[in-house]
Amino acid sequence: MSARTLYDKLWDAHVVHVEPDGTALLYIDRHLVHEVTSPQAFEGLKLGGRKPWRIASVLATPDHNVPTTDRDKGIADPISRTQVETLDANCHEFGLTEFAMNDARQGIVHVIGPEQGFTQPGMTLVCGDSHTSTHGAFAALAFGIGTSEVEHVLATQCLWQKKSKAMLVKVEGTLGQGVTGKDIVLAVIGRIGTAGGTGYAIEFGGSAIRSLSMEGRMSICNMAIEAGARAGMVAADDKTIDYMRGRPYAPQGAQWEQAVAYWQTLVSDAGAKFDAVVELKAEEIKPQVTWGTSPEMVVPVDGQVPDPAEAPNAVKRGDWERALQYMGLKAHTPIAEIPVDKVFIGSCTNSRIEDLREAAAVAKGRKVAANVKLAMVVPGSGLVKAQAEAEGLDRVFTAAGFEWRDPGCSMCLAMNADRLEPGERCASTSNRNFEGRQGQGGRTHLVSPAMAAAAAVFGHFVDVRNLS
Amino acid sequence: MKPFVKHNGLVVPLDRANVDTDAIIPKQFLKSIKRTGFGPNAFDEWRYLDRGEPGMDNSKRPLNPEFVLNQPRYQGASVLLARENFGCGSSREHAPWALEDYGFRAIIAPSYADIFYNNCFKNGLLPIVLPAETVDRLFKQAFAAEGYALTVDLAAQTVTTPSGETFGFEVDAERKHRLLNGLDDIGITLQHVDAIKAYEARRKNETPWLFAS
Ligand code: SF4
Repeated sequence: MSARTLYDKLWDAHVVHVEPDGTALLYIDRHLVHEVTSPQAFEGLKLGGRKPWRIASVLATPDHNVPTTDRDKGIADPISRTQVETLDANCHEFGLTEFAMNDARQGIVHVIGPEQGFTQPGMTLVCGDSHTSTHGAFAALAFGIGTSEVEHVLATQCLWQKKSKAMLVKVEGTLGQGVTGKDIVLAVIGRIGTAGGTGYAIEFGGSAIRSLSMEGRMSICNMAIEAGARAGMVAADDKTIDYMRGRPYAPQGAQWEQAVAYWQTLVSDAGAKFDAVVELKAEEIKPQVTWGTSPEMVVPVDGQVPDPAEAPNAVKRGDWERALQYMGLKAHTPIAEIPVDKVFIGSCTNSRIEDLREAAAVAKGRKVAANVKLAMVVPGSGLVKAQAEAEGLDRVFTAAGFEWRDPGCSMCLAMNADRLEPGERCASTSNRNFEGRQGQGGRTHLVSPAMAAAAAVFGHFVDVRNLS
Repeated sequence: MKPFVKHNGLVVPLDRANVDTDAIIPKQFLKSIKRTGFGPNAFDEWRYLDRGEPGMDNSKRPLNPEFVLNQPRYQGASVLLARENFGCGSSREHAPWALEDYGFRAIIAPSYADIFYNNCFKNGLLPIVLPAETVDRLFKQAFAAEGYALTVDLAAQTVTTPSGETFGFEVDAERKHRLLNGLDDIGITLQHVDAIKAYEARRKNETPWLFAS
């Protein structure tokens, strides 16, 4: 057989049937479900008199609407409460596993899947959420789907898909101190644009990617969707396998050995052909800060807000002007001179234990600046929270003046009570800086956890490479 | 699903690139557990001057007169003309639900985000890709002529302007077939039950840990 990419291998292993035009019926191994994109799917299932095809393939949890304080008091907003209760009721009715709001294992779907070992190399995994690309860090084919497809997977364990083209994003070299997976992926999006990966599945490779932890790889694959690619992935290696060991849903005993042997084949063959290749040098990547309302509007922390007069074309000029106006920024302002009102450390991009450790290392022995109204840390899951508390990170944060919250999506999209007020500016470790994303009129700057913590304690953006 | 065969409708030009699904339907409306009723909140933050919340009487809210959808000449539009990377961001199917509920039947843009594009077909909404130069031309014509309408013919895969200019577009054969006939995906898939079961039996043998519960 000719040399295949990792994407080819994952695809080929899951094809059930192919139509003459190439549309394939693809088998889905795992399905994560949350409260926002599932109610209409369950309703459709009931209306059609259908049942889930394979109950063990589903894991559900509420994450988008849950409060991050006073959980024992329940959810104050009645509409949010109904949505979470609807998920509970649907899981109960169909016998699906759910980590409900007060379960210690509850958290953001994209944090708990890997944490539980529910996400495994070689799988197809879907969720009614675009950041499902996160799970590709485990050499899995993982992508977001709409609600009709949630219903379709529940009913049939399959999806109709057209194969994407394959792109390799290769990052070679050694990352500088303080430069993270988040900075790599923002730099990639800055390079190829938010539509640069449209129609592609991206494999991230090269020595800088291999040097990253699984957490760092997850941050990168998480934002593949922000580059327009439905799926991002990283080849399996020893780190992938080590991460899986001992997780609750990981294979056991003889099956473990058999699984590991299979996982080791989950790499692109030497000589495999990609439809596009993008190369970056790790040494040239600096900590990144977005300045606008799209993740591609990004510059290094030692840069400046760009001038729309220098935009590559008229459409972009209009976008940049609108973005500057929305963000309340002037062209040529040095990034380091932009003050922030709030800081959010959390989201499925950056709320894992390593992220919290990096932020705590900056916060340690420092205080949140007087001009910062709120700096909050929202762990990605109950288990991340417990781990951080066992390491004393919560006390580092609270001593510095950060708020330490309960797990959930929180101010990543502000569906719960955590949000920006109009005009407020936020340093955020999340993945989207769209207009109104963190609250109507709110202004979001995407950064890494260490950069967010540094913005909190200095009151404006600073280059973490210069901190001792 | 509602079939789509041929449609002639008033065009509204939305002159922005990278319109994301957060903008098409803001998150506070995602708390609904229903599939309908999102139309009045399509583009909510651009369309109204106040902050929209679920349960408000939208007919009493102050409209933003600057926003293109609110201009009198575009009332009743059913064809949305857009710029590149339309529908990027969140996978929420509430975005096509909102556009469909508003009254749109077709969208024309140089490119779409993948998930949004896919979601449209599940809801009888036809996303058409035309080259950026062609879209630009349609924008100019739509701005210039009040009452500007286009005819979209899925069977023929063409878009026709009022002056009779015709542009062809590409669409996957399978998607076209399903949309023309309003076929339901689940029903089609369940015709392949034997193939799915055979696949599962083979995989259980080759990769048994995937089926451990
Ligand atoms: S943390 Fe943000 S991006 Fe991630 S699943 Fe939640 S809302 Fe979506």
